[in-house]
Amino acid sequence: MIEHRPFLNFLTHLVLIFGVALVVLPVWVAFVASTHTATDFSSGIIPMWPGPYLVENYTQMLDTGVSTSGTPPVGRMMLNSLIMALAIALGKIAISVTSAFAIVYFRFPLRNFAFWCIFVTLMLPVEVRIVPTFKVVADLGMLNSYAGLSIPLIASATATFLFRQVFLTMPDELVEAARIDGAGPMKFFRDILLPLSRTNIAALFVILFIYGWNQYLWPLLITTDAQYYTIVAGIKRMADAVDGLPQWHLVMATAVMAMLPPVAVVIFMQRLFVKGLIETEK
Amino acid sequence: MTRIFTASATALLASLTAANAQTEIQWWHAMGGELGAKLEEIVQGFNDSQDEYTVVPSYKGTYPETMTAAIAAFRANEQPAIVQVFEVGTGTMMAAEGAIVPVYQLMEEQEQNFDPSAYLSAVVGYYTDTDGNMLSMPFNSSTPILYYNKDVFEKAGLDPEQPPETWAQMEEFSKQIMESGAAECGFTTGWVSWIQTENFSAWHNQPIGTEQNGFGGPSARLTLNGPAQVQHWGNLKRLADEGVFKYGGPVGGDNAPPMFYTQECAMIMNSSASRAGVLANATDFEVGFGMLPYYEDIEGAPQNSIIGGATLWVLSGRPDEEYKAAAEFFTYLSSPEVQADWASFSGYLPITEAAGEEMASFFEENPGADTGLRQITLNEPTENSKGLRFGNYVQIRGIIDEEFEAMLSGSKTAQEALDSLVERGNAQLEEFEAQSQ
Amino acid sequence: MMKRTIFSNQLLPWLLLAPQLAITFIFFIWPAAQAVWQSFLREDAFGIRSTFVWFENYERLWQSAEYLNSIQVTVVFAVAVTVLSMGLSLLLAVAVDRTIRSARAYTTLLVWPYAVAPAVAGILWWFIFNPTIGILPYVLEQFGYDWNHITNPDQAMALVVIASAWKQISYNFLFFVAGLQAIPGSLREAAAIDGAGPVKRFFTITFPLLSPTTFFLMVVNIVYAMFETFAVIDSTTEGGPAQATNIMVYKVYFDGFVGQNMGSSGAQSVILMMIVIALTVIQFRWIEKKVEY
Repeated sequence: MIEHRPFLNFLTHLVLIFGVALVVLPVWVAFVASTHTATDFSSGIIPMWPGPYLVENYTQMLDTGVSTSGTPPVGRMMLNSLIMALAIALGKIAISVTSAFAIVYFRFPLRNFAFWCIFVTLMLPVEVRIVPTFKVVADLGMLNSYAGLSIPLIASATATFLFRQVFLTMPDELVEAARIDGAGPMKFFRDILLPLSRTNIAALFVILFIYGWNQYLWPLLITTDAQYYTIVAGIKRMADAVDGLPQWHLVMATAVMAMLPPVAVVIFMQRLFVKGLIETEK
Repeated sequence: MTRIFTASATALLASLTAANAQTEIQWWHAMGGELGAKLEEIVQGFNDSQDEYTVVPSYKGTYPETMTAAIAAFRANEQPAIVQVFEVGTGTMMAAEGAIVPVYQLMEEQEQNFDPSAYLSAVVGYYTDTDGNMLSMPFNSSTPILYYNKDVFEKAGLDPEQPPETWAQMEEFSKQIMESGAAECGFTTGWVSWIQTENFSAWHNQPIGTEQNGFGGPSARLTLNGPAQVQHWGNLKRLADEGVFKYGGPVGGDNAPPMFYTQECAMIMNSSASRAGVLANATDFEVGFGMLPYYEDIEGAPQNSIIGGATLWVLSGRPDEEYKAAAEFFTYLSSPEVQADWASFSGYLPITEAAGEEMASFFEENPGADTGLRQITLNEPTENSKGLRFGNYVQIRGIIDEEFEAMLSGSKTAQEALDSLVERGNAQLEEFEAQSQ
Repeated sequence: MMKRTIFSNQLLPWLLLAPQLAITFIFFIWPAAQAVWQSFLREDAFGIRSTFVWFENYERLWQSAEYLNSIQVTVVFAVAVTVLSMGLSLLLAVAVDRTIRSARAYTTLLVWPYAVAPAVAGILWWFIFNPTIGILPYVLEQFGYDWNHITNPDQAMALVVIASAWKQISYNFLFFVAGLQAIPGSLREAAAIDGAGPVKRFFTITFPLLSPTTFFLMVVNIVYAMFETFAVIDSTTEGGPAQATNIMVYKVYFDGFVGQNMGSSGAQSVILMMIVIALTVIQFRWIEKKVEY
């Protein structure tokens, strides 16, 4: 703020309020829709205020789901999403920390080749090579399993890059000190490197959790057994109604529940989230 | 990690089913909503009727989604025993020797009492090979009919007991309805491909392809760009521009039923099997039923409509006892009581003569419920109205939707759209022929 | 940039790298190789018969109007999403940068859409724009504008662009805020003393100094629009009407899984992989440059 301009201040807040409204609008509409009954939409116009059916709709989704549109209870799907998101986040962090450590603190033949192998996977989404990847996972017998839901998505270079940069900015004296104390590489890794990268790991975890939770195409394709359905992919099945109206109130209730966990993570861990986002730079 | 999970899950399942080791078979289907609920009820009936087998139905989305899921699963060796495939997937399924177990063979091997002649000829013809062997189990066959809103007809000063019979009347009634303000649009339709293209052609005795609409073999090619089809599509485009006709989207036209339920459109052409959904959702008005409209100036109309819906295919590569279970289940499904129950609830056609007789009293009590049946048996089928059998037809259906949309958006005339449809569709057929060499 | 002091083990680094290399090999390099192989074959739907057809699948792609259309759609889509999302975010970031007391509260309110799954974002906007029961078509109708994205290709495109851009606002916003905060206040003060107004200051000082951030975000947004919006398309238009929103990444899936044309899908995969690798190199060079100072 350099000079005081009342009109400009007013305009600033106006822009921001408009921005917030734009961001909130779809979610508000979804929330409102999830508190009505199906017949409330057939009059052709959606109400703008919540109705009385909130508890009823949400309990129905949590307890029974809608078997006629292939939707098991939401609780089960949320659990699957949680398992998938945690497995992806923890798996990525584990393999990235170790491989970044190897690349930064060791010199060995083919080091560059190994680095390039990993680099090639940078930001290459699974959608691009979906058909053969599906086949590989099927051949390995990993369809309808938590392993199939998570392991193929762990291969990505972004996290490795992040840790590589973090390690490169660590002072060289650390290794010297460790050497003088007679610590081997693994001891150094465990006692010095990991504690020093704690915040980076936490920040990255937030980002990866959201990434894992929001996976869509992959779970949609490799789970044909309702036991393993995840919530984000489950919504798609609900919205496809044959010879009838999609049950919008239930679809939206599910959508709201699918949003809650990752949104809560962002709001309550905002500082870590921002740090993770800016640092990984995707 | 996963091992712990699966181990505990298996233990849990084992404890639940420890009572008796049943054979469990998977049935993937595409019946959502009310139909899905009824289907689950029927399966429950089978599961309760004996204690050796359990059928597990699972809903896999739309027809194309269900079929592609099953093919992907087959490639991955994770296929279900039974999959419901819609009629246009028939060509692809038939060509997949080695991937399927023909139903006649299954019933023979499992020594089930099975008589193909018990089924309606309009249905059976669709699913038999050139030697007259039935390859899949008819389950839900439907045909498109016209639903109309009697209350709106009355408000517009029309006779609520008189559905339009010709396309000229269709337009005249619609305009009267719109001018009177009774509804803002005349009609909408589900399934542009199935209803306004394939059935339209059969209903007007026009061919849609060479080789008897593809029954003669994989060398068949499309001839959908004839004058009758061009006239009809062009007419729909004009009516869409005038707001008389509203398009409900590709594939099944998901947005068409809501337009009818919310009384935005006075009429809808849709599957006879939409009956359950229509009666459940049309809460504020009376629904009437009519046959599809026809053009008086086209020679040979009205001929007879053709079926849609789906049959059950049995996939190969499952353990033997699962085939025993599938055969038992099929026998149960074809029994007149189950068929009549299913057909009277859903609006699908009763597919056996016996089931039709079973339903006589139901038809009496529910005027209009037999519209589909009357329409499909209106005349002895000709070469043009037996149905169709093309490979890659699921993809061709997609092309039909796209070209229709291109015409609606004004980027092509009806003639251009249909020419392009034939050209692109034939490329698919050539590809299919090459693949099956 | 190298470490001066290192460990001298030879086997240990390979053990440390093993998990990541194994996963990369099994789930990336191997499928990618299969995509290449698949792109030279013609196969039936069930994978029972296949023939080697050399470059026929590629030739067919370049002759197919649908594929050329898909490229065009992808370009339009990516540019529209990038411009819309970045424009809005920059506006919001500049506004937040001006407020002192309420900056944090606004930031919290603006960043959470990042956490909404693209598929869910698609469903939300699809519901709002639903021609029969949606709120926006109803509002637009009052203004005499007929909204129906089911038949209108431009409206369908607008729908997927809005849904995709909405989802990306928070990401761009955060980077712009960070970029703005990195600009030394002294520069702006000096300009203010010279009598430049806020608008002029923005265009002569702030915007040019933001250019590294802007360039970086442009690459990220193009990559996002090209490869990460699959779920938005699938949960809304499924590529329709008449392929108006069939972006390349959706077509790969659709031709492979729905169209059962494995050869064509493989060829498309190969082309997309090349594009990705090119974009990665651009982005990577930028990251490396940043690391230098």
